[in-house]
Amino acid sequence: MPTVASLAAALQARQISSAELTRQLLGRIEAAQPRLNAFISVTADEAVRAAEAADRRLAAGEAGPLLGVPIAHKDIFCTAGVRTTCASKMLADFVAPYDATVVARLKAAGAVMVGKTNMDEFAMGSSSENSHFGPVANPWNVKRVPGGSSGGSASAVAARLVPAATGTDTGGSIRQPAALCGVTGLKPTYGRVSRYGMIAFASSLDQAGVIATTAEDVALMLQVMAGFDERDSTSVELPVPDYAAALGRPLAGMKIGVLTEFFDSGLDPAIEQTLRAAIDELRRLGATISDVSLPNLPLSVPTYYVVAPAECSSNLARFDGVRYGYRCQNPRDLKDLYERSRGEGFGAEVKRRIMTGTYVLSAGYYDAYYLKAQRVRQLIADDFARAFASVDLLVGPTTPTVAFAHGAGDSDPVTMYLNDIYTIGANLAGLPAISVPCGFAHELPAGMQFLGPHFAEERLLNVAHRYQQATDWHRRAPAGVAS
Amino acid sequence: MYDFAPIFPLRERTVPTLTATEIAAIAHLARLSLSEAEVPAYGDSMSRIMALVGELDRAVTTGVEPMSHPLPGQSARLRADVAVAAEPRELLQRNAPRAEAGLYLVPRVIE
Repeated sequence: MPTVASLAAALQARQISSAELTRQLLGRIEAAQPRLNAFISVTADEAVRAAEAADRRLAAGEAGPLLGVPIAHKDIFCTAGVRTTCASKMLADFVAPYDATVVARLKAAGAVMVGKTNMDEFAMGSSSENSHFGPVANPWNVKRVPGGSSGGSASAVAARLVPAATGTDTGGSIRQPAALCGVTGLKPTYGRVSRYGMIAFASSLDQAGVIATTAEDVALMLQVMAGFDERDSTSVELPVPDYAAALGRPLAGMKIGVLTEFFDSGLDPAIEQTLRAAIDELRRLGATISDVSLPNLPLSVPTYYVVAPAECSSNLARFDGVRYGYRCQNPRDLKDLYERSRGEGFGAEVKRRIMTGTYVLSAGYYDAYYLKAQRVRQLIADDFARAFASVDLLVGPTTPTVAFAHGAGDSDPVTMYLNDIYTIGANLAGLPAISVPCGFAHELPAGMQFLGPHFAEERLLNVAHRYQQATDWHRRAPAGVAS
Repeated sequence: MYDFAPIFPLRERTVPTLTATEIAAIAHLARLSLSEAEVPAYGDSMSRIMALVGELDRAVTTGVEPMSHPLPGQSARLRADVAVAAEPRELLQRNAPRAEAGLYLVPRVIE
């Protein structure tokens, strides 16, 4: 299986050049695109130029864990000179004048961007069907969704079109697609990775992260992405540990709590079975397992659907048809310009969330909805803090079901929202969490999720890596994909 | 997809239906034009969302302070109030639907 680590080693040993590797992957992307639609933009020319530059750095004796390694960016990260659409008609022609910090750091490390991945519009969705550029397919079964909102990144990594891709996670948008596509996805602690140049959805929840096939690769990517950025006011000024160094630590003595609220009646019994076996494996690896209850956690979905839409309605007010983005034809006056540019430029789900947010923030409802939700959010965060006083990590399923069919959530958005029931808690409390493949249910991948205290990414990557050393679920590739 | 009814018995609740008039008022506040066909569809789906949100009533929050930052003890960092270099205006205005002489053009506001 070509990983970031193995490709970097092959590049370093000059067994393959970055230009050759990049052309090879561009060919695979082109061949897969009609089937998967994982990309919104494929940047072939820029990629080959960047690969050639990486080859020159390698020839000059430079070394680096990402130097010359092809990757993809979720199309929510601004890329100078390459359009950034956020999968919206609103930004279909938007070309950012600058790179997001995440993009700039990966570029400086010599990673080669091959394209921008498809997603739910403005990261609002759990299926990658809400895209102006068409739905994304799951490489395990193209009739199924890849999850969302970072579905293009997860689909591309699962189909081995790139060894790693960036994503963003506001309510599970990295972990849920990683689980449904059988790959590894990390949502870091709030503030760990800069959000500068990452198009905002819900600013108290949004965080950038990584989707890759292994925890080791996630560590290599995070090492470059993480760190203080003065241009993001929520960026945290803390040193970045050596993530790769933590991977091999033994799990003996590690206390892992099984989140009882995640084994509810909504969990597919076939997924529960894979989880129970995976937890047995953790026990064999030396971890101490106990049950932990977080009584307020089931309220995370209703809490989220106040906080996230409220912040979304505020953040998306900037799209006014004046400074950038879509503008309607022949506006009668300024009000008509605003209303039709937004009404025509945004898709149905984005409009629903803007209106829900506008409603919960409107006069007379603010206390009942927004303040109430922020109080419940504090209760949920307190539950986590209490749990982490007695265990090092929490474990549970990432999703209640395996990948569902395209169109399954069309009739009722609430049914779709409830599919994020196990992932939203980490966002509300600002915690890091990782999803790793832990088996199959109904011939589709299932994900195991670990949640840790703030800034415990090392511990999450350590347990994920040790689990992957003992199992091979993460090595499985969809039929027809060269693993 | 799974039926979450045992966890969230939403169907047993009296759904607070948002009327067409309310949806139109919300759309106006949000500066969104909606077609006539969209209004009842949003009324239905947003009523369902508000029924889900109504589950928050289950939580006892007396004496609980609303969360102000996801990281305990943190608040948004402020920087010194000094001008810093930004992208040049010409570059930023390349994305404007209509700009001229360094200005953004909009329909006439004052007759």
